[in-house]
Amino acid sequence: MSQLDLARLQFAMTSIYHFLFVPVTIGLGFLTALLQTAWHRTRLPEHLRLTRFFGTLLVINIAVGVVTGLVQEFQFGMDWSAYSRTVGDVFGAPLAMEGLAAFFLESTFLGLWLFGWDRLPERVHLATIWAVAVGGALSAAFIMAANSWMQHPVGYTVDAETGRPRLTDVWKLFTNPVFLRGYLHVLLASVVTGAVVMLAVSAWQLRKGRSPIAFHASARLSLVVLVPALLLAMLVGSELGVTEGKYQPMKIAGAEAQWTTCQPCSFSLFQIGGGNNDQTPTKIIAVPHLLSLLATNHWNGQVLGLNEVQSQYQAQYGPGDYVPDVFVQYWSMRVMAYLAVVVLLVALWGLWLLWRKRLTAARAFQRVAVWVVVLPFLMNTAGWLLTENGRQPWIVQGIQLTRNGVSPSITTTTVAISIVVFFLLYAALAVIEVFLMLRYARRELEPAPAEGTRTPSLTY
Amino acid sequence: MGLATFWFILTAVLWAGFFVLEGFDLGVGLLHNLVGRDEAGRRTAINTIGPLWDGNEVWLIVAAAAMFAAFPGWYATMFSAYYLVMVLILVGLILRGVSFEFRGKVDSPRWRLVWDTTLALGSLLVPFFVGVALGGLLHGVPIGQDEEFTGGFGDLFSGYAVFTGLTLLLLCLLHGACFLALRTTGEVRARARRLGRIVAPITALAVLAFLPWTHSVAGKGALPGIVQLLALLAVLAAYWLVTTRHEGWAFTATCFTIATCMLSLFADLYPHVMVSSTNPAYSLTVDGTASGSYALKVMTVVAVVLLPVVLAYQGWTYHVFRRRVSPEQFAPAAQPAAE
Repeated sequence: MSQLDLARLQFAMTSIYHFLFVPVTIGLGFLTALLQTAWHRTRLPEHLRLTRFFGTLLVINIAVGVVTGLVQEFQFGMDWSAYSRTVGDVFGAPLAMEGLAAFFLESTFLGLWLFGWDRLPERVHLATIWAVAVGGALSAAFIMAANSWMQHPVGYTVDAETGRPRLTDVWKLFTNPVFLRGYLHVLLASVVTGAVVMLAVSAWQLRKGRSPIAFHASARLSLVVLVPALLLAMLVGSELGVTEGKYQPMKIAGAEAQWTTCQPCSFSLFQIGGGNNDQTPTKIIAVPHLLSLLATNHWNGQVLGLNEVQSQYQAQYGPGDYVPDVFVQYWSMRVMAYLAVVVLLVALWGLWLLWRKRLTAARAFQRVAVWVVVLPFLMNTAGWLLTENGRQPWIVQGIQLTRNGVSPSITTTTVAISIVVFFLLYAALAVIEVFLMLRYARRELEPAPAEGTRTPSLTY
Repeated sequence: MGLATFWFILTAVLWAGFFVLEGFDLGVGLLHNLVGRDEAGRRTAINTIGPLWDGNEVWLIVAAAAMFAAFPGWYATMFSAYYLVMVLILVGLILRGVSFEFRGKVDSPRWRLVWDTTLALGSLLVPFFVGVALGGLLHGVPIGQDEEFTGGFGDLFSGYAVFTGLTLLLLCLLHGACFLALRTTGEVRARARRLGRIVAPITALAVLAFLPWTHSVAGKGALPGIVQLLALLAVLAAYWLVTTRHEGWAFTATCFTIATCMLSLFADLYPHVMVSSTNPAYSLTVDGTASGSYALKVMTVVAVVLLPVVLAYQGWTYHVFRRRVSPEQFAPAAQPAAE
């Protein structure tokens, strides 16, 4: 493999791994804050016990999320120095703002929340978990603004002297249509992930018959949050598809392996073949008009084929291959969408049981709900593959090709060493993380502190 | 003063802030096995920084992000030149970050031994290799005309760069010992004091050598400037205060020492951001690597508005957790909060 391949592999590995933890952090942070708020309003000891129970799971997650985020930040300079040098003027600004406005907030208030149980007045302590939740969501906003700029660059001019983009309007970064929809989609996906984790843990505990009143409450909360969040995520996701279709036609054409321009366009449920950008896969069960609808919001909308966009880009940017890996594009789209439907069906089943007041005794549902926990992680990964693979061969759409972004001074061996180091470290962390999450998710709920005593801190 | 210079100063302040705040966290990470002879003692040491370290570490993230945003050329050249050193720093940060959270999660001596070791190892890797990288900026590494690094791994370890790493490591040790003496009670406090008295003279000697060396590496002669003089006074004061057991003042003095040592390094670096050992003309400069004036303006507004807010709530955190941590809290009998 070349240095470029290895650097890409490293980026994919780091991003995917980091983004297993981020959605849990955001989603579970928000849900834990809701639980603590519920406790303040109801004073039910169950709500306090649940807050501390899910708070512990949240914190185990944040630890790994934070440390893998560091690698993400450093990597831009290490592996992609030509990219950093070229676009740092624009891309660096939201990153610096993320640190100043969001990450400081999340990290500092996490310490206050964990250790402040018996030190802070109750209302102030409640505010700290909300600060953690808001900090996490804000962090994602700045990162998404930076990433959206790579998908659809706005608010810059190219400096005549250096040929590098210069920021001219920071507001445009935060009103970028790709950002607005992409961020909302990521935020909702994170809430979905957190809710599914909470649902799975609650279902497992209910199946064991432990603290049924408390875990029924958390199961209810997760279901009530999950269904609207998932429906909205689907809606925003399809809007995002239309937006991306406008600015990155390759991405959308690739998602259907649509080589020729069509109008109206159908959406196939499966394909056989299509690897290595083979242009003649066998498509199975084509739903008429669906691709037109997804990509353009019109029943009879036109979707440009990969070949047509390719010749347009060649005319615009010079000779080269501008088609992403269509096979990855096609299937990551489907994995994300199909699994979302599965999660939705399970969630609706749970909601129905809740309405019939049969959730506590529904053994079959409880068994299924535990296993559903893996799906949001697969969906999130597929979603990022769809977004980032669809941007290839560009590192910044229309401005810089990925192959021109790598560090010129790095040898293949150097990247290989770091991939091996991080892979081993990540693998070990993954094993430990899963072990700890399972261990803590299956613990008995701690008793609530006696009335009149202060709640002890969660220390190390 | 241009905005580029302002951001250079801000970057220096962020790095200094990182070492002043995270410096004692790193020191505690290094020392927790020595000041705590049993589980209660080690937990005492770790819980002095428990609520603080995560917020402190963000200073590093913001320092790196500020370099990326304000000086993309600097960030690009430095991080790719120091690739393998960065890997070591990241490994250290990862090990440290998870150690805090993981070590108390399983009640087994072997499990805790693993995380005590990784915590100490991570706390060793970070200050030493960050020191090597920062020292190397001033000493110079091979950089070609195209601003790209042309050397190999060995070129990063000049005598001065390694000594900068060692000095920072010693400063973190002393800083951590002072913090532990200030924030604990009983046996842990006594041992922290004793360790402080052992480390203080070595650290003072290191700083005494580091300051003129920095000045002469920068080609400004061995005579100290004003920042160096302040650093010199601070480290001597720290040494004296540690031996006379003025805990609060000793900690103040180590804060001041670290801040002035970092600032002296950056002051001697200016107007360069990275010196080329190939040809002085190829050195990267503040103006040459800075972002456009609009980007700098936007970020200046953001930093000027937000940094005081951050300082305020971080300061408040220190106020909330100002009480000493005592080993009795973690004695096996009284462990209601143990996770």
